[in-house]
Amino acid sequence: MATVTLENLKKSFGKTEIIHGVDIDIADGEFIVIVGPSGCGKSTLLRMVAGLETVSAGEVLIGGRPVNGVEPMDRDIAMVFQNYALYPHMSVFDNMAYGLKIGRVPKAEIRTRVEAAAEILQLGPYLQRKPRELSGGQRQRVAMGRAIVRKPAVFLFDEPLSNLDAKLRVQMRLEIKALQRKLGVTSLYVTHDQVEAMTLADRMIVMNEGTADQIGAPLEVYGNPATTFVAGFIGSPPMNFLDAAALENAPAGVSLGVRPESVRLVGTSEGRLEGTVAYAEPLGAETLIHLRTADGQALTIRQDGVLPVPAEGDRLGAVWDPSQEFRFGPDGRRLRQDR
Amino acid sequence: MADRGGMVQSRGLGIWLTHLGLIVGILFIFFPIWLAFVASTVSQQDIVRPPMPLLPGDKLVENYGRALSAGINAPVARMLFNSAVMAVGIAVGKIAISIISAFAIVYFRFPGRQIFFWLIFLTLMLPVEVRIVPTYEVAASFGMLNSYSGLIFPLIASATATFLFRQFFMTVPDELAEAARVDGARPMRFFFDILLPMSRTNIAALFVILFIYGWNQYLWPLLITTDPSMNTIVMGIKQMFPSGDDTADWPVIMATSILAMLPPVAVVVGMQTFFIRGLVDSEK
Repeated sequence: MATVTLENLKKSFGKTEIIHGVDIDIADGEFIVIVGPSGCGKSTLLRMVAGLETVSAGEVLIGGRPVNGVEPMDRDIAMVFQNYALYPHMSVFDNMAYGLKIGRVPKAEIRTRVEAAAEILQLGPYLQRKPRELSGGQRQRVAMGRAIVRKPAVFLFDEPLSNLDAKLRVQMRLEIKALQRKLGVTSLYVTHDQVEAMTLADRMIVMNEGTADQIGAPLEVYGNPATTFVAGFIGSPPMNFLDAAALENAPAGVSLGVRPESVRLVGTSEGRLEGTVAYAEPLGAETLIHLRTADGQALTIRQDGVLPVPAEGDRLGAVWDPSQEFRFGPDGRRLRQDR
Repeated sequence: MADRGGMVQSRGLGIWLTHLGLIVGILFIFFPIWLAFVASTVSQQDIVRPPMPLLPGDKLVENYGRALSAGINAPVARMLFNSAVMAVGIAVGKIAISIISAFAIVYFRFPGRQIFFWLIFLTLMLPVEVRIVPTYEVAASFGMLNSYSGLIFPLIASATATFLFRQFFMTVPDELAEAARVDGARPMRFFFDILLPMSRTNIAALFVILFIYGWNQYLWPLLITTDPSMNTIVMGIKQMFPSGDDTADWPVIMATSILAMLPPVAVVVGMQTFFIRGLVDSEK
């Protein structure tokens, strides 16, 4: 168990800087999710903490100890990889025991630890199997078991659920969360899936092209996004961005963001905005309505499934509570003067 | 099986013709071997007096016994042993060296890595025959004439095997090496614990190919061994042919030829089951 600190962490490949300085203090036992689209540097960030990538500038501290020059094995971390990275020729037991064997842990203790981990992960009946004889979810559990038996100070997860089908992903997500709560180990978890980020994180780091656009608790990030990128990335369907100048007296380039669930449909005369229904997607519990205004702006509205679904081509107005709108400057940063 | 025609299977006359073609082909290829076997079981008189017999005679034990224990220049048992040492030495040595060099080239970044790779690759262009004179010079000045090291070492470097292992290692996911690194495995530990067991199918296949390569070496043993007791069997057969007007002891020569074929066949058959199992078990 340990704290993790990143101090102005940077990474360059050759002349190209791909991570432009990330700072965060992670408390002991905290679950941090690093989320962002592919190519934003989130995996590289994690791999720098793991010690699999060298640090170009800045410092990684684990438990207060600078570890920039320390080999991964000596950092007291364990990592779960996207493709599980199980040793194909070893049994489940040997896969989990391998790190301990190298660490010269006594045989009896290895057995106890592996069996305890197998118990937690319901892998007991499979200990003698080879990875290829397991399903995707079971392989994922073995990869986690391998991390658990080491009793590390920090867990690192690199998109561990992206190879599982949707249903299993939801189940494993809950299991990971429960496991982390139970063991209380500081965790860093990389994902491109904002739902995973929202559900797992104590705090999340939203990465955009090598910078941490926002760091905060999921609901804080959702309710109070710092940039258009964060506002558009977190939440599905994404936030609507409208040209503020078309709606109110605002300087050019300022955009006004409003989440689909904040908008209500009304008659044309009552709306702050009016448009034609381009298409409607009834999903059962909710209906997504895509509205197009006369000047070509798009607006998505999410309304309860019990409400009547408007026909395509209907002209309707849209209103929202001004307290639920966000204004962003031309550089994409939030304009704070309205709060 | 009867009523649902398979997609590729041919039916009726086609299948008979195919089999007929295959059987004739096999007989055609097998016939000389059969003749050699027959010749190894009859007496010298039976061979030299036409027509040549087509059915085995009664001298099998006598001829093979004579070949193994006495031979013509050296006992065939001795030559078989020499060949086995050479073939196994070459196969094991080539695999050991090439797997290590492939490991270095794929997993380590050192200056000149690409140059070394291309240098190894370049040796593919130079078969033994082309560099035979300088190689002989070197072997001779190291005092390796008439020795097992002289038979083995000059043939031991293998660009082909290095290249094959390189290609295989490049298909091993990087995550595996990283997982081992996080688990605390130093490079050589990763090599022995993870990479080597994963390569066993490739190793088995290469062993078969390289064993036969070593076993069938002809020119190099001919040059490097002058002492009959160091002859290998493939070149030894040629040495058995008489010079001048002496009569050839055909039954013994034929028995030797048959004996020379058996170990490679045994290796192919034996290793085949092993590497087919490896292929069936192949990991994802």
